[in-house]
Amino acid sequence: MRVSVRKQPSWLQALLILPGVAALVVTFVFPLLWLARTSLQPTTGHTLSLHAYVRLFEDSFYWWVIGRTIFIGLLCVVITVPLAFPVALFLARSQSGWRGTLTALAIAPLLTSTVIRTYGWMVILGRHGLINTTLVWAGILAQPTRLDNGPFATVVALVEILLPYGIISILSHLSRLDAELEQAASLLGARRLQVFWHVLLPLSVPGLMTASLLVFVLAISSLVTPQLMGGGRVFVLATEIFNQTTISLDWPFAGALSITLLAFFGIFVALYQRILQRVESQS
Amino acid sequence: MKHDRTVRMAWHLLIGLIYLFLLAPLIIVLIVSFDTRPYLSFPPASFSLISYARVLHNPLFLQAGKTSLLIGGCSAVLSLIVGTSAAFALVRGHFPGRQSLQWFFLSPMLMPHIVLAVGLMMTLQPLGLLDTLTGLILAHISITLPYTTRIVSSGIAQLDRTLEEAARIHGASPWQSFCCVILPALRPHLITGFLIAFLFSFDEAVIALFIAGHRAVTLPLAIYQYIQFRTDPQVASLSVLVVLLSLVPIIIIERLINLRRAVGG
Repeated sequence: MRVSVRKQPSWLQALLILPGVAALVVTFVFPLLWLARTSLQPTTGHTLSLHAYVRLFEDSFYWWVIGRTIFIGLLCVVITVPLAFPVALFLARSQSGWRGTLTALAIAPLLTSTVIRTYGWMVILGRHGLINTTLVWAGILAQPTRLDNGPFATVVALVEILLPYGIISILSHLSRLDAELEQAASLLGARRLQVFWHVLLPLSVPGLMTASLLVFVLAISSLVTPQLMGGGRVFVLATEIFNQTTISLDWPFAGALSITLLAFFGIFVALYQRILQRVESQS
Repeated sequence: MKHDRTVRMAWHLLIGLIYLFLLAPLIIVLIVSFDTRPYLSFPPASFSLISYARVLHNPLFLQAGKTSLLIGGCSAVLSLIVGTSAAFALVRGHFPGRQSLQWFFLSPMLMPHIVLAVGLMMTLQPLGLLDTLTGLILAHISITLPYTTRIVSSGIAQLDRTLEEAARIHGASPWQSFCCVILPALRPHLITGFLIAFLFSFDEAVIALFIAGHRAVTLPLAIYQYIQFRTDPQVASLSVLVVLLSLVPIIIIERLINLRRAVGG
C-alpha cells in the first residue's frame, strides 16, 4: 500500500514563503530601489534629475577612476586564475588521502575576515615587514622601501583574497569532467604536456571563465583592501563611493557611482554569458 | 622514469608555493602576534603572550566581540528560520513562478556588497537605524538568506520521502512527522546553514563600514579602525583570536556536509 504524503496546501505554501519574500523586499529590493531613487535626486525641487550622472560622466577624473577600476579587476583576473588553475587541477585529480583536508584548506580562507588578511599583507609588505627585511638582509636593497601601499600592494592582497573563489569555481567544473578522457589520451601515447594542452585546457575553458568572471566582479567591488592598502593613492569606484558617502556626504552622487558600478557588473555578466554560449556551442 | 619524477616534484613544489601564498597573511599574523614591540616588524624580537593578555583586557575589543557575536547569532537564527521555511515551499511547493522565486532568493549573492551597503545606508538612515544593532542584523539577513535557503533546500531535496510516508502510515500527524522525522534528518543542513550565516555576518566588513562604526562596532570594524592609525601586535593577537573563533564553525561544517558544498562549489 502506498500512502502519498499530501501535497502542501496552497495557504501553507504562501505562509512558508512570505517571511522570506518580505525579508528580501525590506533588506534587498527596497534598498536598491531607494538607491536608484536617491541617485536621481535633484539639488532643488522634487522632480527627478540626472544631474549626478551628468556630473559623473562629464568629469574626466571619473572616467579615469572607471578605467582604473577595470584595469585592477583585469589584473587580478590575469594573476589569480593561472594560480587557481593548478591548485584546482591538483585537488580534482589527487588520489591522496589528504585531498579533503587540502580542499578545505584552500577554501577556508574565504570564510576568514578580509580585514584580517589585508592586515596580514600590510605586515608582510610593510617597511619592517617580511619582504623588506629579507631583501635588506640578502643585500638586494640598501634600505627598506615602501611596498605596503599603492596599486602593487592592493593587487597582491586582492589576488590572495580572491584565490579561493577562483579555486572553488574551477574545481567544481573540473570535478564534472571525465577523468577518463585524459587517461585515454595518455594511453594513446600523448605526453603530459600534450594531454594538458590539447585535452585538459580546452575542456577547462568554461570553468576558467566562471572563475575569471567571479574574480573580476569581486575585485571591482572590493573596498577594504584598496582602502587600507592603497595608501590614498588607489582610486577605484568602490573607494570613491565610500568617500562620497562618508566624507563628502553627497548621497545622490554616491548613488550614481553605485549604479554605474552595478551597470558595469551587468555588462560584464552579459558579456560572459554570450562568450560562454559561444564556447559551449563550439564544443 | 627519472624525468617523470622531476616533473612530479616540480608540480608539487608549485602547488606548495601557491598554498604558502594563500596562507601567508594568516601565518604571518600568527607569528607577529607573539611579539612585544609596539610597532610592526618581522621577524619578532621575542615570543610572549602579552599582547593576548592586552586584547582580553581591552574594553573596546571586548565590546566589539560581544557585538559581533550578538549580531552574528541573531542574524543567523533569523536567516535560518526564514530560509528554512522558504526552502520547504521552494523545493516541495507547486505554484506558478516557483523557479523565478528560487532565483529571487539567490539573487543577493550576485549583488556587490558595496552597492547593497550604500542602498542599506540610505534606507536605514531615515528609519533611525544607522549605527544600531537592529540595523546591522537586518543588513546581514539580506546577505545570509541566500546561503541558508540554498543549503537547507539541498537538504530537503535529498530527503528520503519514504521515511515520511512510513511515519504517516504508522499514524503520525503531519506535524509529528515534521518534528520527529524531517527536522532530525535535516539536522546537518540546518546546523551548516546557521554556521555559514554566522560566519558571513561575523566576518562582514563592507556593509558594516557604511551603516555602523561609532556606537555599534563589530570586530572586523574594530580591527579596520585600529589598523588605519596604529599597527602593533595587539591587533595581530586579536586577529588570531577572531580567526580561531571562525575556525571552529569551519571545522564543524567540513565534518557535517563538507566546506565546498556549503560555500557553493
